[in-house]
Amino acid sequence: MPGKLKAKIVAGRHLPVMDRASDLTDAFVEVKFGNTTFKTDVCPKSLNPQWNSEWFKFEVDDEDLQDEPLQITVLDHDTYSANDAIGKVYIDIDPLLCSEAASVISGWFPIYDTIHGIRGEINVLVKVELFNDLNRFRQSSCGVKFFCTTSIPRCYRAAMVHGFVEELVVNEDPEYQWIDRIRTPRASNEARQRLISLMSGELQRKIGLKVLEMGGNAVVGYLQCFDLEGESGLVVRAIGTACTLDKLSSGSAPNTNTHVHPNTAPASNACNSPSKDGKESPLAHGCRSTHNSPVHSACSSQRLSQNFSVSVPTLIFTGMGSGGSAGKEAGPLKTLLRQQTQTALEQREFPFFTLTSFPPGFLVHVGGVVSARSVKLLDRIHNPDEPETRDAWWEEIRQEIKSHAKALGCHAVVGYSESTSICEEVCILSASGTAAILNPRYMREGCLDIGSTDHRFEEPSPPSCGFCHIPYDELNMPFPAQLTYCYHCRRQKVPDVLFTTIDMPPEAAVTGKGCLIQARLCRLKKKAQGEVNATAISNLLPFMEYELHTQLMNKLKLRSMNALFGLHIQISVGENMLLGLASATGVYLTALPAPGGIQIAGKTPGDLSNEHHILTIQKRINDTITKNKELYQINPPELTEEVVGSPIPEPRQRSRLFRSHSESSDELSELDLSHGKKDAFVLEIDDTDAVEDIHSLLTDAPPPTGFYSCNTEIMPGIYNWTTGVQMFTSVRVFRLSNANLTNQGLNKIFTDLCENLLKSFYFKLRSMIPCCLCHLNFTVAVPEEELIQVAVTAVAMTFDKDQTQEKPADKPVTKGCSETEEQLQFPLELCADSSSITTQTSSKISGVPESTNVSPRAASVDYGSFADRCSTWLELLRLKAHTIRRGSVKTISSLERSSPLPEGRSRSLRSNRSFGGSSVPVVKMTPLSFLPGTRIIKYLGIINMFFIRETTSLREEGGVSGFLHSFIAEVFAMVRAHVAALGGNAVVSYSMKECVLMENPNKNQAQCLINVSGDAVICVIETDQESMPSTINVVQTCSSGADGAT
Amino acid sequence: MAVELDVFVGNTTIMDEEVYQLWLDGYTVNDAVKVRMEGGVLEEFEASADVLLSDTMDQYRTFQMCERLLHSPAKLANQLLFQIPPHRQAILIERYYAFDDAFVREVLGKKLSKGTKKDLDDISAKTSVTLKSCRRQFDNFKRVFKVVEELKGPLVENIRQHFLLSDKLARDYAAIVFFANNRFETGKRKLQYLTFQDFAFCAGQLINSWTIGAVDNMVEDMDVDLDKEFLQELKELKILITDKDLLDQHKSLVCTALRGKTKAFNEMEANFKNLSRGLVNIAAKLTNTKDVRDFFIDLVEKFIEPCRSDRWTASDMRLYLTHYTNSAHILDTFKHQVVWDRYMGVIKSCIFKMYHD
Repeated sequence: MPGKLKAKIVAGRHLPVMDRASDLTDAFVEVKFGNTTFKTDVCPKSLNPQWNSEWFKFEVDDEDLQDEPLQITVLDHDTYSANDAIGKVYIDIDPLLCSEAASVISGWFPIYDTIHGIRGEINVLVKVELFNDLNRFRQSSCGVKFFCTTSIPRCYRAAMVHGFVEELVVNEDPEYQWIDRIRTPRASNEARQRLISLMSGELQRKIGLKVLEMGGNAVVGYLQCFDLEGESGLVVRAIGTACTLDKLSSGSAPNTNTHVHPNTAPASNACNSPSKDGKESPLAHGCRSTHNSPVHSACSSQRLSQNFSVSVPTLIFTGMGSGGSAGKEAGPLKTLLRQQTQTALEQREFPFFTLTSFPPGFLVHVGGVVSARSVKLLDRIHNPDEPETRDAWWEEIRQEIKSHAKALGCHAVVGYSESTSICEEVCILSASGTAAILNPRYMREGCLDIGSTDHRFEEPSPPSCGFCHIPYDELNMPFPAQLTYCYHCRRQKVPDVLFTTIDMPPEAAVTGKGCLIQARLCRLKKKAQGEVNATAISNLLPFMEYELHTQLMNKLKLRSMNALFGLHIQISVGENMLLGLASATGVYLTALPAPGGIQIAGKTPGDLSNEHHILTIQKRINDTITKNKELYQINPPELTEEVVGSPIPEPRQRSRLFRSHSESSDELSELDLSHGKKDAFVLEIDDTDAVEDIHSLLTDAPPPTGFYSCNTEIMPGIYNWTTGVQMFTSVRVFRLSNANLTNQGLNKIFTDLCENLLKSFYFKLRSMIPCCLCHLNFTVAVPEEELIQVAVTAVAMTFDKDQTQEKPADKPVTKGCSETEEQLQFPLELCADSSSITTQTSSKISGVPESTNVSPRAASVDYGSFADRCSTWLELLRLKAHTIRRGSVKTISSLERSSPLPEGRSRSLRSNRSFGGSSVPVVKMTPLSFLPGTRIIKYLGIINMFFIRETTSLREEGGVSGFLHSFIAEVFAMVRAHVAALGGNAVVSYSMKECVLMENPNKNQAQCLINVSGDAVICVIETDQESMPSTINVVQTCSSGADGAT
Repeated sequence: MAVELDVFVGNTTIMDEEVYQLWLDGYTVNDAVKVRMEGGVLEEFEASADVLLSDTMDQYRTFQMCERLLHSPAKLANQLLFQIPPHRQAILIERYYAFDDAFVREVLGKKLSKGTKKDLDDISAKTSVTLKSCRRQFDNFKRVFKVVEELKGPLVENIRQHFLLSDKLARDYAAIVFFANNRFETGKRKLQYLTFQDFAFCAGQLINSWTIGAVDNMVEDMDVDLDKEFLQELKELKILITDKDLLDQHKSLVCTALRGKTKAFNEMEANFKNLSRGLVNIAAKLTNTKDVRDFFIDLVEKFIEPCRSDRWTASDMRLYLTHYTNSAHILDTFKHQVVWDRYMGVIKSCIFKMYHD
């Protein structure tokens, strides 16, 4: 009996007219929690009733508090007939159960009806009194904090990252119960909304229990999804990363430079502030720290790779991303590394992390993208209490992911996510992530106490490139990749291209700017049933993945970039087609080799007209590449930095890519040889398909001047965000004519659909120029046979143009590098080595053969000594101070710019006042984990809402567009109202997980389901006064922390 | 093969002022797209016609959804559905309630009834304001009229507070309400030369000085109905023309003051009695509703036209009316100084405003 929930109904406003005769309404309210219901008095004849009710008190279990929503129903009293419902408000009281979140819910909530939409507003007060600090009674998990944010939330530091948590619950879908035939659509919708609300409450509670068991106190990167399996039922599942988070005292406010380097600050604090309560978390699970020198092992691994550094036959990356259940890049074991760094992780079932960005030092190496899909046939869920089948399915997929990661020489998967696509009884389960090697320091008990000691063993490679260094053993690389020495530190091997699902580490060195890269693909399939259908789909999947991968690769080359971040591949199944959409943000990582160009080759040499054609295309491609380089300001630093005299060879390098799957790899290496070890990248035109492909390659229009776009949190290469923010959701549905469509025709339609959407965004947001569309999240679906639906949520953020141009100039990546060298006092020998490498490189080859010239033995020796030296405290300190100083410089400059902002603010406040009654607080929303120019001072709890809207007067509401437009606006309004009632002024990490639209224009009907989530926060505008001193604070904390540790 | 559904919803509602104006002006989506294309947004922004169409549709939808709120602008500020920055809200409202002078001139003084509404297509044809826009403007007039009808307190202030309009626009609406309420005739050919702003100015004068609100500011309709007692008292002014001595005395006082100061002196002297009779008769008749309606036409016929045919300049007019008003104070037998000032103050400024080509 550990809780008392209290609710008070204050007033209503803007109620609809329920009595035609009087043009008024006699409203009263029912407040329901669990099985208890209270009623207010009837407030007769008013559209703006004042109830001022007493406090309704519910005495309930905390388990119920977690599962159940508070349900408020507004009704119109009718003396003679049944009372008419005006609408409902569901309030999730979870945020009140956590002492650090909100303490009271108070505000105006839209009264929502699934048939009529929003009908007026109601003012409600809700409080919870928890009787004791429970946590003994293990059914509830009150107090565990949930975050949608996929990084360590600002104003917290991670004392420990425990790892993967998952759970799923199943139930029958009320829409498919027999009773649905006799109840009204409204009743059925409400039953569904309520059930889903209950299920997600239960799910959250269960996940919370797992977290408590692991000794954590929070879930970060919480991702909850619904699978509407129709007849077979309803699945709600969630994954997340369990952590132990410590709240940072507001005094040290570390994230002053949030908008610059979102993660640097909190993390630096995390590393250094003396840590404390790792203790309470009895890390029973798998984090036994038996190995005291995990990082040492990392060093040795590097030595290893150095020893064997050589030119590997030039091959490509085909393996990545391919194959439904096929292995990715299989890799050899690096035993040393394995044994030492991995054990902590291996003891847990799934070393997965849903985070996409990390505290510095957390991510050691990144292997590449791992993904797995499986096609399942749905069957009715017979016993909701035993969701074993679905559990087993996911278990299977996760095992696969885990083994893929292992094959890449990695012991963990980061940026992990899961999704499904359902059509009738076929379901595709997908999981993907990025194989990585993590610094186990965060996963061990008390790690932060000795955090400083760990530095001694830390990676000697600079943070700006370390993560690119290959984690696998290059000798036994079964998948084709071309390795070179890191262009940044020259000490480790890096692949020619890197694909990841995470955000770019903020400390990574990039050249120029990034851009959104999408691969789009449609594949027709025969209509079929049951297993035949499932088989057909699973046969198609590998080809689709392969095609998507090829497209991504080509587009990447075309933009002269060498890495993808935030890669998300969605495959959606419809009755007669499969849609594939891969989105990612391309960048030029300074550490990776320059990408080769694309060379067109004809299959039939000698045909003159063909030759000519090829020449034209080749020219177009080359022109595009040149143009793109300019557009994205890609001037590889080698040009300025190291090349003495001779022009850089990179544009001449070619790598080879085969369009068609059938080409064998033997042929491949043969050809490579003929190209003298340069990475030739050849597109063969052997049929019309290829021509089409090339055309589609070239049709991607670059964003108009002043615009950038990416699907990661922020745009690599833009640092000076200003405060303009516009979050939006856009949905388009395209009806295909039933003419005989070919794969190509479909591809073109699909590509145009996506491109046109982007163009629309650019046009609509033109007043924000210069601006960047961030976190562009495309979701595709095939809701009906001839429909393609694309839903996009993103945020447009303004930045300061002048500063952008200056910034790279005054702090070019290369400079960062040289500074680092200074700081670290590289041993002379190494310097000599690297300079010799440099000069040799400049003598024109790709660096790989070069490195062979360097005596491996010597290099390894250098390494050892280097590692020793690096571990001296002095350097460490300097390195730290350096990073932080960098951060603060940026903060300051951005602050100068932001000074007009408070003015604007006050102006709007003033005009607000002039509007008298205007009391609607502004709530900003963003899919990012932060708002530029502001500091998050408090997380108020997770927002996770599910709405259904239905209409039987589609035409009158302006057709499907009108219907969906108002529904989305209503969803936004309800999210904002809930956040405001919690006392917040923003939602971060907002996402629309689900948008299922069903229409039947002939019957004048439509129904839509939307699920959204995010974190409610309070953020304050950063001002000069605030951030300056605190920046200094950080520096001080750092040094003192470090001193103490010594 | 067609886009079946296409929506774009921003957390902060995106509204393009140009499109808003097109919507207000009653353009169809397709026409609006055409206008925008001609306006050159496309070249400016390398967008295609599809993009423009999609954007225009979105915005039109948004405006339609907002329209309900614009009908009671106070709701716009505390509704939750659209997040619109306050300065944008102000623009939306101000523009929504803005009207075309050509249109308002047609309905000014007419009863805001269904009958008039039926004539809107004629007005639309005549003024080349689209019918849709005419309807909006007419409905705005009617809505404002209905709301302020039942309110106490100053008219302009009520309009400003209820509809969150700027002072200028609130005054214009006050004039429209005032004219509609008193049904002033403004449509006659002789009045065609007057603009809406001329009438609005006069309405302001009448509201300030002749309504009940000028003496008591807590009654209903105080600024809409003329002060009946005052109208009664105006009858007393008749003495100025019925009493022969008073008339002569008044004339000689005015002529003495004017002599040598204007080229039109002779005409002024010759017409004095006519003009004076004209003004005083207007005053005396104002107790009849019918004559109130003809107030402006009377002013023009009885006073402005004669002067204009005598080629008085605007400063002649000013000079004449000033002395005409002031001289009455010197008449010892004339006891109605207060009423006279209240009457002539308004007449003077109305005539000044109306005396132009």
